[in-house]
Amino acid sequence: MGKTKDKSGPLARRPDNSAFKQQRLPAWSPMLTANTVLPFFYLLAVVCMLLGVWLLLLVQSTQEIKLDYTDLGNCNECFDLRRNVSNAAQACSCRVEFSIDKSLKGDVFFYYGLKNFHQNLRRYMDSRDDGQTLGRIKILKNPSTYCAPFDKDKYGVPIAPCGAVANSMFNDSFSLTYHLSSGRSVPVPLLRTGLTWYTDKNVKFRNPRTDNLTLAEVFEGTRPPLYWQTPVYSLDPRDPNNNGFINEDLIVWMREAAFPNFKKLYGILNRADPNFEKGLPKGNYSIDISYNFPVQHFQGRKGVVLTTLTWFGGQNHFLPIAYLVTSSLILLAAVVLTVAWWKFGKDGKNMKE
Amino acid sequence: NAREYNEKFSYANNHIKTSKYNVFTFLPINLFEQFQRVANAYFVVLLILQLIPEVSSLSWFTTIVPLVLVLVITAVKDATDDYFRHKSDRQVNNRQSQVLIRGSLQKEKWMNVRVGDIIKLENNQFVAADILLLCSSEPYGLCYIETAELDGETNLKVRQALSVTSDLGDVSKLMDFDGEVICEPPNNKLDKFTGTLHWRDNKYSLDNEKMLLRGCVLRNTEWCFGMVIFAGLQTKLMQNCGRTKFKRTSIDKLMNTLVLWIFAFLICMGVILAIGNTIWETCVGRKFELFLPWDKFQSSAVFSGFLTFWSYIIILNTVVPISLYVSVEVLRLGHSFFINWDQKMYHNASDTPAEARTTTLNEELGQVEFIFSDKTGTLTQNIMVFSKCSINGQTYGDVYDEFNQKVEITEKTACVDFSFNPLCDKAFKFYDCSLVEAVKQQGSAVQDFFRLLALCHTVMPEEKSEGNLVYQAQSPDEGALVTAARNFGFIFRARTPETITLCEMGRAATYELLAILDFNNVRKRMSVIVRNPQGQIKLYCKGADTIIFDRLDPSSEDLMYATSEHLSEFAGEGLRTLALAYKDLSEEYYQVWQKKLHYVSTVIENREEQLAALYEEVEQGMKLLGATAIEDKLQEGVPDTIACLNLADIKIWVLTGDKLETAMSIGYSCNMLRDDMNEVFVISGLTQLEVQQQLRNAKENILGLSRVSSTGDVEKDDMFAEDSVFEETIISEYALVISGHSLAHALEPQLEHTLLDLACLCKTVICCRVTPMQKAQVVELVRRHKMAVTLAVGDGANDVSMIKTAHIGVGISGQEGMQAVLASDYSFAQFRYLQRLLLVHGRWSYFRMCNFLAYFFYKNFAFTLVHFWYGFFCGFSAQIGLDTHYWTAVNHLFMWGSLIVYFAILFAMQSDGLFGIFPSNFPFIGTARNCLSEKSVWLVILLTTVVCILPGLVLSFLRVDLFPTLTDKVRHLQQSRKKQRPQEQNLRRVRRTSSRRSAYAFSHQQGYGELITSGKNMRVSTLSSTHSLERIAQSSSWIENILKRKNEVSAEPAESHKADRLK
Repeated sequence: MGKTKDKSGPLARRPDNSAFKQQRLPAWSPMLTANTVLPFFYLLAVVCMLLGVWLLLLVQSTQEIKLDYTDLGNCNECFDLRRNVSNAAQACSCRVEFSIDKSLKGDVFFYYGLKNFHQNLRRYMDSRDDGQTLGRIKILKNPSTYCAPFDKDKYGVPIAPCGAVANSMFNDSFSLTYHLSSGRSVPVPLLRTGLTWYTDKNVKFRNPRTDNLTLAEVFEGTRPPLYWQTPVYSLDPRDPNNNGFINEDLIVWMREAAFPNFKKLYGILNRADPNFEKGLPKGNYSIDISYNFPVQHFQGRKGVVLTTLTWFGGQNHFLPIAYLVTSSLILLAAVVLTVAWWKFGKDGKNMKE
Repeated sequence: NAREYNEKFSYANNHIKTSKYNVFTFLPINLFEQFQRVANAYFVVLLILQLIPEVSSLSWFTTIVPLVLVLVITAVKDATDDYFRHKSDRQVNNRQSQVLIRGSLQKEKWMNVRVGDIIKLENNQFVAADILLLCSSEPYGLCYIETAELDGETNLKVRQALSVTSDLGDVSKLMDFDGEVICEPPNNKLDKFTGTLHWRDNKYSLDNEKMLLRGCVLRNTEWCFGMVIFAGLQTKLMQNCGRTKFKRTSIDKLMNTLVLWIFAFLICMGVILAIGNTIWETCVGRKFELFLPWDKFQSSAVFSGFLTFWSYIIILNTVVPISLYVSVEVLRLGHSFFINWDQKMYHNASDTPAEARTTTLNEELGQVEFIFSDKTGTLTQNIMVFSKCSINGQTYGDVYDEFNQKVEITEKTACVDFSFNPLCDKAFKFYDCSLVEAVKQQGSAVQDFFRLLALCHTVMPEEKSEGNLVYQAQSPDEGALVTAARNFGFIFRARTPETITLCEMGRAATYELLAILDFNNVRKRMSVIVRNPQGQIKLYCKGADTIIFDRLDPSSEDLMYATSEHLSEFAGEGLRTLALAYKDLSEEYYQVWQKKLHYVSTVIENREEQLAALYEEVEQGMKLLGATAIEDKLQEGVPDTIACLNLADIKIWVLTGDKLETAMSIGYSCNMLRDDMNEVFVISGLTQLEVQQQLRNAKENILGLSRVSSTGDVEKDDMFAEDSVFEETIISEYALVISGHSLAHALEPQLEHTLLDLACLCKTVICCRVTPMQKAQVVELVRRHKMAVTLAVGDGANDVSMIKTAHIGVGISGQEGMQAVLASDYSFAQFRYLQRLLLVHGRWSYFRMCNFLAYFFYKNFAFTLVHFWYGFFCGFSAQIGLDTHYWTAVNHLFMWGSLIVYFAILFAMQSDGLFGIFPSNFPFIGTARNCLSEKSVWLVILLTTVVCILPGLVLSFLRVDLFPTLTDKVRHLQQSRKKQRPQEQNLRRVRRTSSRRSAYAFSHQQGYGELITSGKNMRVSTLSSTHSLERIAQSSSWIENILKRKNEVSAEPAESHKADRLK
């Protein structure tokens, strides 16, 4: 009406008669009556119940093996060795043995875990230079002051990658071995790539442009972080494409955990191997650990986790239980409401004036 | 007059300035004002904190963006407001006026008029400053002004120059005028002025009767000269403008206290976390130094804790929501737009939509408890309409259809065709054709009826051109009656001091005017004695019905009963009634009476009383002609609106500059006063004691009655304590009417509580004869003591101070004056829109605002407490757990933002391409995408939603089911109705039952009859040749007379103002 009208007419200042301007937009404000609310409650209870049961079953089907190897078995020696910082250069390896009673079916994920390691401190998290890991040449040799005191060593040589986060990178390495009942040992192949988010690997972390130089030459003039044994361009001796800033272990570590107890993905079972087509069969296993990362300074623990996943993640009992609890609460509320309605409000006498 | 001389004194010039800023001062002043707000200052401090890198846990732009947004929005608003003020100032300042400079009249802009200048005003011009009237085109230096802008009264007022200056009629004489005026300093009292004029070694005293105040309009006077006494900001009009106050709503105040509490809470959290940090650093962080060494300056855990405190203050700043202020502003802006857009508040006739001029008060509209309303122009249209009459026992004015059913008069109803009458007033509308038929019959009572209306009045005609008559009436009632007579063929053409010329049904007839028995408040009637062309002497009388009925000839007793019935009927419809009667006088009787009159009017002592007795004597045994009913046209829908607002427990007080009687009649006609009310208290005492006594009596009356009806004996001492209880329990309805003089006393500190208590016990309060300042005082009184939200509505300049004082000011727009609208917070064209504004928009705004605030605080707390909790996991190091940049963005852009919007934005913003633009966002890149692909996240969201919604749902269901509110019931009813056929609407018609009121007592001043007979106000041209010198001598005594009378009136306010000063 208002829109078609000539705006210069005598009623030029008449407001438009649109639903929005006249506040006549359709609104839904439900009338809460027993007929609608009570069934809704029961329905909701049932839905939550079903979801909870289903999730519980799913969770039950996953398997998880946790192994704290901080001072387990002969790792005890390494643990003591690492107590002293001056022994940092000394190599130490140990072996942990365990058995799997029930085969892990499907994809098996290999995690390492740390306890009481505060990756979530503000100053710790800030102590990195995203511009550097993005492969900007200028920043590579001139890391930001956020990295201090890990931006340059005492001779003024820039550190790449700089900062406390990179400096404290987890540097234990694992090799998993399957001991067949025949006494033969088969190394369990782990995929060491494909551990990161697509965005991290392809957007957030890039190597500097090489321009026909080798990676080592590009990184000339920088030095690896103080606590590292190998420079960043040779982190993975087996796969040259997994070196530099795009090394997946580095990327995984650089994605700081939100809580002091966390686990990070180390590798995924390579099911191309005929022995492990269906996952990890039951039997005896051992892990050979190159034990480098000291934890006693912060009273931490470290361990490995082998687990299978469902579509909604790893073994997590919280969600199904929460659903079940919610469901029972709803049911309780529904019953209370029904009783209340039956006793007091059924005949609608409250509605009468 | 000598400008150079006057300039030596630093008088204010006539330039007025209501604006606050100019181009250069805008930025600093405005910023300064804005930073006085606690919130803004707080955020600046925060911003500075964030610039310290050791402390900063968030990047600085999370604060500066909203802060700048707030500042800019507010500044733009202030700037536009000020721009409009500038514009109106400029318009006023640039009005032209004629100033006498060096012997000639020159056009000057208003702002260049100086104190001491002599300016010339012409008819219908606004008076530019407060000026002393020197002379005018009318004889004796009389001039007429309309003071609608000042006090809302539209009837003409007479001002007269000093006799010594009144003959300074031309420019050269005025040039020689070199008087000196010594007067009181500028003040805001509209009805008082004292000063002396020194001229030619004589002293003349000056009073208000010689002053033309700024804002008045010159009427009926061709020109006049005056000397500027006060200019610009010193004029009484400007002095009467209250200071503009920054209006804040109760929600604002609530918000401020909440913010303070939250701030305290924030400090607490900061302290807890800081202590936590200290402990953590000592126990755990020290051992973590291998990986994360402490900074050099960070020498101890305690110092670290100290820094952490500030960091957490920054992180947790979202609990003290800056975006709250922005969001609230935006929300209110939206509501204001809804108000502007509302078609139901758009007035077709004047093409005026409602306008929310202040955007900050919307939700306060829903909280209004007291409405202070002006009368003229707000409740009424200030148009008197002759709507019905009863002649010789027969009523006219209603329209009946063929089934003898009364037809509602609407715009479409055919009006009577007055084309037989070439002199009719086109604007006049009458719907009953039978009256025209009746008037055409010769010699009927109907003709006498209209003849009376055409003769018995004090209206001055002005015939600008042939057939274009304009009546200047001292009261609009009379104007309406004379206009009615004119349209029915009894045209009042001209008058001289001794004659009245009518045009009776086309034939000219001249009546000799023998005497005017003037109106006064005691007599409540006026009569004229005329000799008609046939030589018979007749007395025509009109007046209040009760008065007239007492003085009727027994022969018209039957007629009296019939008429009386009609009168009650008229009164029931809220019309003002007048009874008309006539009497034939014999020549001899008149001669005798004439002699007595002559004798009495020369008596010095008790002249008034003797005159009254003489009038009484002749006005006996009259024959009743009929009665008129005049409608003081209310604005559309006023009674309904008032009834509706009353239902909403909103108290309406009417504050008017009109007379007591007028105000009461309007009170009746708009349903505020009713006959079924237990009692209407009229407070009109002139001294403080009287007022006090009256107030006490009234109060005891109310309390006493209700006490008897309720419990019984309560000790006197408990009276005040019990007041609040009684306020609730009083069932019976009372009304209070208080006049301006009494109000001045009642507003004094010792009485104001009594007044307030009494007023609050009454259902209706009407204050009449109040000055603009008193209006403001009344509003202030209620505002101060009742802790209630007040709303003032008015249309004229006299309401400005009231509008500014009240919490909310509403201006009625679309009429002449714009001052009220400019000062107001909301403006619309009709009083009835108030209902929608308050009950619909106010309610909605309040609801929405409350919901919004609850949601907002909930959201902020939810968001912030996550960080608090997270502090326990991250070693109290003030690390943020969520992506704050986008939280801020979402906060501001999508206040209604649901979780989905948030996620959507996150997803879009953090896609690959954007990181280049927002490098600081880098750490979070890809988070959202990877999160959202995680199914468990969705499960958690679902669960959380269910868990959060359930308790609310349970509660609201229980409430609806067990304790339904009225609204719920209504909605339930509506729903069940939907199934049935729409039922017939039962329209209940509001019937008023009320007592009769005479119109004649209204807005009429004594003395005009005398004015006419003396011929004083006649133009020389219209004066007949019988005009003689002797007459002038006589009539000058009359002028003294009228002035004396006025002084009596003005002495009372003078007293009251003295009392004011004592305070």
